[in-house]
Amino acid sequence: MKKYGKWAFYLLLIVIVALIPLYLNRSKSGKYTIQVLTMAMIWAIATLSLNLILGYTGQASLAHGAFLGIGAYAFGIFVERVGINIWPALILASLITAFLGMLVGLPSLRTKGPYFAIVTLCFNVIVFKVFENWTWLSGGLRGQKVTMPSYLEARWARYYVVLGFLILAILIERQIVKSLLGSSFIAIRSNENLSEAVGINSFRTKLLSFTVSCFMVGLAGGLFAMEKGSLDYTITNYMYSFYLLIYLLIGGAATLAGPVVGTVGLYFLLDKIKGIGEWRYFIFGLILIVVIIYFPRGIVGGAKQFWEWAKKKYYRTGEVLE
Amino acid sequence: MSFFLNQMVIGIQLGSQYVLVALGLTLIFGILDISHFAHGHMYMIGAYLLYIVMVLGGVNYWLALVICMAALSIAGVVVERAVYRPLRGQPHINSFIAAIGLILVLETLVRGIQPDALRVPKPIDKNFSFLGINMEVQRLIVIVGAIVFIILLQVFIKRTRLGTAIEAMSQDREGAALVGINVNRMSALTFAIATALAAVAAVFMAPLAFVSPEMGSVLVLKAFVIVVIGGLGSMKGAILGGYLLGILEALAIAYISSAYKDVFAFGVLIIILAIWPTGIFGGRD
Repeated sequence: MKKYGKWAFYLLLIVIVALIPLYLNRSKSGKYTIQVLTMAMIWAIATLSLNLILGYTGQASLAHGAFLGIGAYAFGIFVERVGINIWPALILASLITAFLGMLVGLPSLRTKGPYFAIVTLCFNVIVFKVFENWTWLSGGLRGQKVTMPSYLEARWARYYVVLGFLILAILIERQIVKSLLGSSFIAIRSNENLSEAVGINSFRTKLLSFTVSCFMVGLAGGLFAMEKGSLDYTITNYMYSFYLLIYLLIGGAATLAGPVVGTVGLYFLLDKIKGIGEWRYFIFGLILIVVIIYFPRGIVGGAKQFWEWAKKKYYRTGEVLE
Repeated sequence: MSFFLNQMVIGIQLGSQYVLVALGLTLIFGILDISHFAHGHMYMIGAYLLYIVMVLGGVNYWLALVICMAALSIAGVVVERAVYRPLRGQPHINSFIAAIGLILVLETLVRGIQPDALRVPKPIDKNFSFLGINMEVQRLIVIVGAIVFIILLQVFIKRTRLGTAIEAMSQDREGAALVGINVNRMSALTFAIATALAAVAAVFMAPLAFVSPEMGSVLVLKAFVIVVIGGLGSMKGAILGGYLLGILEALAIAYISSAYKDVFAFGVLIIILAIWPTGIFGGRD
């Protein structure tokens, strides 16, 4: 019964989220909100991908901003210059990102802890510099245009496409995490040497986690290009890697709801206080420091902890009453 | 030949800046095990402070150097106390993320107050020629000044009680605590020294380049590259690596391409770490 209740809750949530555009589409500001929510969900997919490698496998990748840009550009180039239909282009873009991720993972995953973070950050800077200077690839300052088929011109249509991919991404990540593979990821995060000792090939497992993660972030990149309609080289900036990290940490790493709650919540909030310009990142930074010191498990992790504590307390007093 | 020599001098001057920043970072990263990614932004704060003290306040350049060092060492202590000390003993990634928060705070704070890049005048605005090398006096100040501060740091670490305490901590933190070294005091001191060194680098370099909010972000990454390759906590490695990277970069700019200079620096790091995952001189795991 309890299980059905949980599923009913998720179903209700999906229905509500699916109904939002119907309400918002009536006004001009509502249409803008649809756009903001769509973008927030795209970032949520990217954060989910970081969650796989950082949250579950414990490897802090700071190259996800670069991979997001690579996925976006791969999609844009396939659609615009090669002239492929957008759906195969989306899959191809994700596959290319995953392949590049594997190539980067091969040398970088041999390093551990802060070294891995530094190596991946260096890779991100390299990608940024290449996109900045190689104008044939990135289109330079003019950027790369991405034209969408007419049925995706309405904002609400793209909202549903992205929502579908977000649900898919959550489900796939859930399946991975609940499987034996997910347990190996968590084992590596907890103690890599010990996981080696019980027969997990930690390097191959990390590489698999990184490749799958890059596939997901490539998908997010493709959707990003679809939503934006044009790209420029700044999308590969390593600040985006930092933002993804912040979304994940504030939402709650190693949970499935955390990345979505953190990203959509923060993105929406940042858009609401757009009036103060750059200063919002000042607040962003302060929140990050406070969260990491006092609530290292993030919003969802903290809520879970509170729920466990409350349940324990409730049951204990119940026993006393009996 | 004189072109090559000129490039070498520029390389050594770039390297001097890297050495000063990397020495501070290797103290923090190697001894306290904190990935202080905001170190480059402390450097940036130092450059802005120089602008305030020297250009707006009209103070002499050398006095401004002392003021900036003092102010930044206090700022370093504050950062250690407020941000990193509450995170001690927690997973490594947490202090790293706090550093990113600090980067956002410092960079947006400065950009919010002064969005434009600034210029600091050179204290001695002259050129000089020597053996076919023709360059600004400021470059010479950077090179000689860096050597002076490297020697001062070595003397401090090797010859004073406080310095040997820091060295003891770098070798064995538990052991140092056991023989009565106050770890809290020492980590505050380490931050003070490291940030003061960043201030030195900033004061020397500011007259040669624009002062802007993001001037420290790539620099700190390069300093990390140097620290990782040179071996965690190794000052010799940081000095050697810093000069080497500076010279390599100057040669790459002169003979290959200036737009891709950072690509070389970071590409080399990835290749080196792929071969030796804990650095050439074998840092800690």
